[in-house]
Amino acid sequence: MANVTGIPVYKKIGATPVPVTAHDQARVVIVGAGPVGLALALDLGRRGQPVTVLNRLDFVAHCSKAICFSKRSLDILDRLGAGDAAVEKGVTWNVGKVFWGASESPIYQFDTLPVKDQKRPGFINIQQYYIEEYLLDGCRALPNIDIRWGHTVDAVTALNDGAELTVTAVDGSYKLRADWIVACDGARSTVRDKLGLDFEGRVFEDNFLIADIRMKHEMPAERWFWFDPPFNPGRSALMHKQPDDVWRLDFQLGWNIDREAATRLENVEPFIRAMLGENLEFEREWYSVYSFQCRRMARFVHGHVIFAGDAAHLVSPFGARGCNGGLADADNLGWKLDLVLNGEADESLIETYNLEAVATADENILNSTRSTDFLTPKSKASQALRDAVLELAKEHAFARPFVNSGRLSTAVSYAESPLSTPDEDAWEGGVAPGMPVLDAPLADGWLLDELGNHFVLLACGGDQPVPPSVRLVALEPNGLAAQRLGLMPGASVLVRPDQYVAARWQQPTPTAVETALRRAKGETLCLQ
Amino acid sequence: MPAVNLGTNLSDHDALYEALVRLHDGLSDEESLRLWARLTLILMNHIGDRDVLLAAMEKARKG
Repeated sequence: MANVTGIPVYKKIGATPVPVTAHDQARVVIVGAGPVGLALALDLGRRGQPVTVLNRLDFVAHCSKAICFSKRSLDILDRLGAGDAAVEKGVTWNVGKVFWGASESPIYQFDTLPVKDQKRPGFINIQQYYIEEYLLDGCRALPNIDIRWGHTVDAVTALNDGAELTVTAVDGSYKLRADWIVACDGARSTVRDKLGLDFEGRVFEDNFLIADIRMKHEMPAERWFWFDPPFNPGRSALMHKQPDDVWRLDFQLGWNIDREAATRLENVEPFIRAMLGENLEFEREWYSVYSFQCRRMARFVHGHVIFAGDAAHLVSPFGARGCNGGLADADNLGWKLDLVLNGEADESLIETYNLEAVATADENILNSTRSTDFLTPKSKASQALRDAVLELAKEHAFARPFVNSGRLSTAVSYAESPLSTPDEDAWEGGVAPGMPVLDAPLADGWLLDELGNHFVLLACGGDQPVPPSVRLVALEPNGLAAQRLGLMPGASVLVRPDQYVAARWQQPTPTAVETALRRAKGETLCLQ
Repeated sequence: MPAVNLGTNLSDHDALYEALVRLHDGLSDEESLRLWARLTLILMNHIGDRDVLLAAMEKARKG
């Protein structure tokens, strides 16, 4: 619905009139214009597909929501043409520090970008609405992307070769028949609900307060996390810098609280003042209380209705695996749906989205669940174990890797992907099939920028015959890119359109490359 | 060279930590305490070096 009260507006857009026909049609309908829906729309749009996006609100909301965007997400935004804007505006950071009690020196610290000399940092912090704006700018520049603001899905009927939606806007309702529907409509997904589908997994009994505030404050651009600080005794807290002098403060509140009361000014401000000083001058940006779940749908593909992002899976925010996990979904799905829409791949390729996105969600849920169990011990035994780790970590190196304040999002490996051709040659290091290509500087730019949107053969020394749909990129022998990929002269790597390695050879033959390419497009799938 | 190795000597810390937490699922506090004791005795036997064990005990007592 348009003009929903209570949601602050970042950018007004206004309701889109309903189409002139009461029975409209589209090839692909994306439900939800959040970061995941917009990233997918932009990816498909840039590939030349006509895309219709439906968004319930007729504005971009002014809530910080997701703020930590990982290197992998920046690589994806780069591919979509939105990376520079994000990095220019965002606060770049790599280091996280963990504090315990009142001590001013960290008991543990980590670097989110262990391999240096890559184009993008481990993370940037930036308000979600900026990312939405940059993706929206890209979408609006393309005539084949039709975003309908203030259009709500009221009913979903799944069909064998598509789905029909009933859509309501301020000036009427209409039917929309689509070949494919992608639901990117968030944790409370209407599409999921209307199809009677649900999540499986754990719900955690704890509440956290987000206080995004505007203030002048000097602190390095790092992620600071406290266990049992004097300003929130017995619980945890987090502090993170965003652009525009906005800071994210996050306080663990416990389970039995009055959630309604918790975001009232008189209840939030004591937390802020206890942390940062009684006389602190600040303005409220966004206050919110959340609890969380680590759950996912059993399957993300239901016929021609596909789920992505929070609509498909939920994690705790510790680890920044929510929005980054959703962008990984969009990245995985875009090229596959494009090939299927073009008739260049069989529909069964979409089933590999289900496999790979479920694998990603499972890794995110596993890490997020483990972090949560460390942050909020559920028994006396786990509390004692957690506190023993923190105690020992101050002095002893062996205890530090146990300290878990959130394992931050990195690219997930598709170890079991049916699209990968397993290694037949012997390799020392490099990037194995099912892993994303590691970035490296080239003579004039960066390796990942060379990959583009389609299949690429990275050949050490160049001069390889390639199939017509594959672009050859020659790598200088002994250069850093070739070294990171473990390539000796004559060796090569076949890279998927989402920058994942599909296959590699010490001495490839044209037949081997052709076979691996067909496999990566799902032509030889053997799905259980 | 200290008798007990206090440098990093494990991998996959998160999975081991999780296993250790799960071990206590459904136990009372007393049963948990007994479990810690059994686990310690089993590991002591496996280590099998008196000097190492005494050094470790001293470290653990200090916290």
